Amino acid sequence: MFSSSSLPIQPLCIRIIQPSNLIKRMSVTLQCPGYPEDTLRSLAERLPCRETQLATLLALMGQPDQYSYPSVFIYGHRATGKSHVVLSIMKDLELPHASVDCVECVSSGLLFHQVLSAFFGPDAAALLPRCPSLSDFVRLYKQMSSNSPATQTRYIILDRAERMRDMDFSLLPALLRLQELVNDNVTVILLSEIVWEKFRPNTGCFEPLLFHFPDYSKAELVQILSWDHHPSYTPELYASYINILLGVFFSVCRDLRELRHLAVLNFSKFCEPLEKGEAKESDIHKLWKNIEPHLQRAMQTVYLREVSSVQWEQQQMDEKEATTLRVLSAHAHIELPYYSKFLLIAAYLASFNPARTDRRFFLKSHGKIRKTNFLKKHEKTSNHLLGPKPFPLDRLMAIFYSVVDSRVAPTASVFSQISSLVTLQLLSQVGHDDQLDSPKYKCSVSLDFILAISRCVCVCVRLLDLLALSLVIQSQVVRQERSLFTAVSNLHLL
Amino acid sequence: MGNCSNEHRGTSFSASAASLSNPLICSSINTFFFLDKYIFSQVIQDQLNKKVLDSLAEFIKKHGLGCSSDNWRQRAREIPTAALMLGVNVPDHAMTFRSLCNLLQDSVTPFVVSVHAKECAGTFERDPVLVINLTLVCQATLTIRIIGLLQKCTQVFPQRTESLTNSDLPQSLPVVVIFKDFEAFNSQVLQDFILICSRYTQELPFIFIFGIATSPSAIQHRLPHSVSSLLCIEVFHSLSCTQHLASVFDKLILNSQFPFKLSSRVIQVLVGIFLYHDFSVQNFVKGLQFSMLEHFKSQPLSMLCCQKQEALLSAKTLSKKNVERIRHLPSFMRYVETQEPQEQVQLLTNDEHVKEVCQQLLKNLHKYHKNYYPILQCLHSLTSSLPKFPLGKHIRELHVSCIEKNLWETEEYDSALQLLRILAKDELVAALRKCAEILKSTKILQNVLQQLEDFIGRLEALEGKSETTLLEKESRRTKRMNPYEVLRSQVIEFIDSLVREYLTPAELQPLNEVCYYSSSGVLRQRLNVTPRTSIQAALSHPFYYFLKTDAGTISSAAPDLCIVYKLHLECGRLINLYDWLEAFVTVMSAAEDQDTNSEDARFIQAVSEMEFLGFIKSTKQKTDHVARLTWGGC
Repeated sequence: MFSSSSLPIQPLCIRIIQPSNLIKRMSVTLQCPGYPEDTLRSLAERLPCRETQLATLLALMGQPDQYSYPSVFIYGHRATGKSHVVLSIMKDLELPHASVDCVECVSSGLLFHQVLSAFFGPDAAALLPRCPSLSDFVRLYKQMSSNSPATQTRYIILDRAERMRDMDFSLLPALLRLQELVNDNVTVILLSEIVWEKFRPNTGCFEPLLFHFPDYSKAELVQILSWDHHPSYTPELYASYINILLGVFFSVCRDLRELRHLAVLNFSKFCEPLEKGEAKESDIHKLWKNIEPHLQRAMQTVYLREVSSVQWEQQQMDEKEATTLRVLSAHAHIELPYYSKFLLIAAYLASFNPARTDRRFFLKSHGKIRKTNFLKKHEKTSNHLLGPKPFPLDRLMAIFYSVVDSRVAPTASVFSQISSLVTLQLLSQVGHDDQLDSPKYKCSVSLDFILAISRCVCVCVRLLDLLALSLVIQSQVVRQERSLFTAVSNLHLL
Repeated sequence: MGNCSNEHRGTSFSASAASLSNPLICSSINTFFFLDKYIFSQVIQDQLNKKVLDSLAEFIKKHGLGCSSDNWRQRAREIPTAALMLGVNVPDHAMTFRSLCNLLQDSVTPFVVSVHAKECAGTFERDPVLVINLTLVCQATLTIRIIGLLQKCTQVFPQRTESLTNSDLPQSLPVVVIFKDFEAFNSQVLQDFILICSRYTQELPFIFIFGIATSPSAIQHRLPHSVSSLLCIEVFHSLSCTQHLASVFDKLILNSQFPFKLSSRVIQVLVGIFLYHDFSVQNFVKGLQFSMLEHFKSQPLSMLCCQKQEALLSAKTLSKKNVERIRHLPSFMRYVETQEPQEQVQLLTNDEHVKEVCQQLLKNLHKYHKNYYPILQCLHSLTSSLPKFPLGKHIRELHVSCIEKNLWETEEYDSALQLLRILAKDELVAALRKCAEILKSTKILQNVLQQLEDFIGRLEALEGKSETTLLEKESRRTKRMNPYEVLRSQVIEFIDSLVREYLTPAELQPLNEVCYYSSSGVLRQRLNVTPRTSIQAALSHPFYYFLKTDAGTISSAAPDLCIVYKLHLECGRLINLYDWLEAFVTVMSAAEDQDTNSEDARFIQAVSEMEFLGFIKSTKQKTDHVARLTWGGC
């Protein structure tokens, strides 16, 4: 056991060791005093392409009974093996650790609870008060660790640490120097997808040791993916399959988990010629020709989750029937009540037209408007580039009444339709929900959607006319803009 | 619900209570409740949604129980998810979800939780709700395990997790989480929840059901790829609301078993509310119920609106008052006018005779309904395939025009017959076959069926005879019709005669007022309310509500608020408070015996009430002025 006075020495030692030397030494034979050698070997085998990271981490951790650096911050993209490496080390070496996913911790109390119960058993955690504060946690930790002092370094692993920023502002700085606070051999390992700069609190804090997990290179991906080869085929065949797969997907996706999922999904299709006896395993080119278009299609559908994996597999089964799956985004049509459609159109017009032009568009005798100064300078940029603008309820209703061809009584159900459009998220309310006095809304649907709606509503051409006119005016400057073409082509359609 | 003998709305309750002792009235109340139950019954709903619910249950069984045991191919923590497309009529969804819950609990798994967006507004409330709901549905043996897992999952009370590992059950049942209104959920909450569940989906098989009102792409809009890649989404479509309405219409309105009927205007109001405002079948049914209630309440003779036998029994024992009421029915009066003078005298003086005639008329009415619906369906099946749908796409449109006026006098009917006259033979035969099937299933109008089958036989027999093109050409030249054309025109004439005989407007039937509810104005007023109009009416005509006569001018007897309201109508956009007060005082002082000291206070109170109602608001443009928020006046 080290006394607490030796605390600063330990991190210093690590900094002195040159990382390059360290890596060189470790990659030859991964050995770390204090840990069983065969476990380390099997660990290194189970973590391909992460040997250097593993070695560095082990070096950082030091021997089990030594004090370790108080906090380590590990960052890297999704699926670069951060939590996998850390948790494998913890599990294989049987180190005392508490692993917490910060998504689950809606309050810091849950975090404390989990840490305490992992280290000292559920009875200790039960001692926490109902809404524990940080000092409660520290007090209880101290009390418990004095009863059972750490013989090995204890590790607290916080996955998705970026969520901690939303919690209590003092939590992160306190956890970073928890070792000092509780006076115990404890190390906090933070895992995150974003860099440390985004974490640093305004008030400053103890700087953790930063440690980056780089993305896997293509060769590394091939190596890892080739690991889970199908038992009934040779590993070489699977490796060549993975090569083909990466050739298609590497440019769009480097997420190992996703690639693995895709590899599993499409392998049966790859093997189809082999099973039928049309090709041999050495016939890579033929197999490639067979699978390539299939993978391209997979990229457009199953990768984007337009088609679920089960449906994708089923489609592979009955390929002969050539069933074309309807993708998710194909069901874009929404059936709406008649007045809801008009309300939505009115909301769109109110959102994208400047309020000054309303008189021109919606009054029959609007008088002459000088063309030169009709639009102010800042209004000349297309409104579609600026996004929807909020409008008050009164304006919406005024446009609605002028757009609807028949006389509509201002019934309660017309108003309730507005709120149901808000819950369907076709409109969105700006400002607070409790603003009863002239609430403001924004239209949150696209032009294509509105055009589809107005096409099925439009018995009278006037409305579409209006829509087109307002769009033409909007897109005066940006000639190439799509809305113009759509508007004009729609006029032709009618 | 003293529904029979009340003349006015204000009749005392004791009177209606007394009338309950009358067995006949009771039977009519029974009828009412029978109808009510009939409408309420979930049977219709369940039948409609059976297909989609069954496929959903199948989906959950497949994913929950038959989990892939293939170790080689572990899915990347994907949670099976069903996106249930329900349409925008959100009020209707509750019933669908209830039956879905029941179905799943009966047949698949006891662990079904349905959550509503309102219950989980923030992250903090989200998970405890789920735990509570799940513990409620848990059964004794499984409780510990599930609670343990969920506690581990939600980390509310992480306690003994060792109970998870030694599960003695061979197969773990899935936990189904139903998100009733997906669009309304806070997307951050949803993302967190999915992330957490996907962590534990290996140990505890979760299955999600998203109730989506708009379109499946809402999932992709709401969830980022990193989260939606954890879901394995399959889309299920429920029946569209218009189809739903059509089947409800078939079952409740186009049904001779159902004695209560709606007039064309009322149908138009109800369907209008449905199509223009809410798409909600449930609201439509509620409207139907409301009109039934109104009918039984406002029409004393509605006691005759029940099944045939009961109606005849009631007609036998009509009270003197009710006989008099029958004599005043417009349809009965029309009927009397068509009779012989001697008979007329009898009808107007002899109560017993009226009762007998009444029974006969009721029988006729029932018979009319029995024949009406099959013929209507036949006509619809004939005309619904015609181009441009001259008689309407849906049977409800045809029904409305039939009961409203003489169908055969309309232009649309003529054009439909014109189109029928040029039908090819195979089309005509197919259409007639369909009609024959409709008639066969109803087992009435056997003679019509006979004739129809005869026609079909003759049309088919024509096939044997040679129809050379030469013959056709010749016939065209000579304008002489070939045998098929002759037969076809006979068929059309036959159909026309059927329409004229059976599809007469309901309003011409004697005693139709007994069954038909026709006050569409009341219905519109009640179901499609206009709050602002009624507030304005109350403020400008307070005496309408106080049941006093209105003087027309501003009188000091009216409530202060009304006076202030009327005075403000005469002002422009900005109102000077002092002038307003002066005018108020002038009005008040018109009445002599008034206490003049409290006028300021009363005025201020009335003005603040006006502000509360949203007619004015304070403004900083001018001192001592308030701004008017409604148009008009100036």
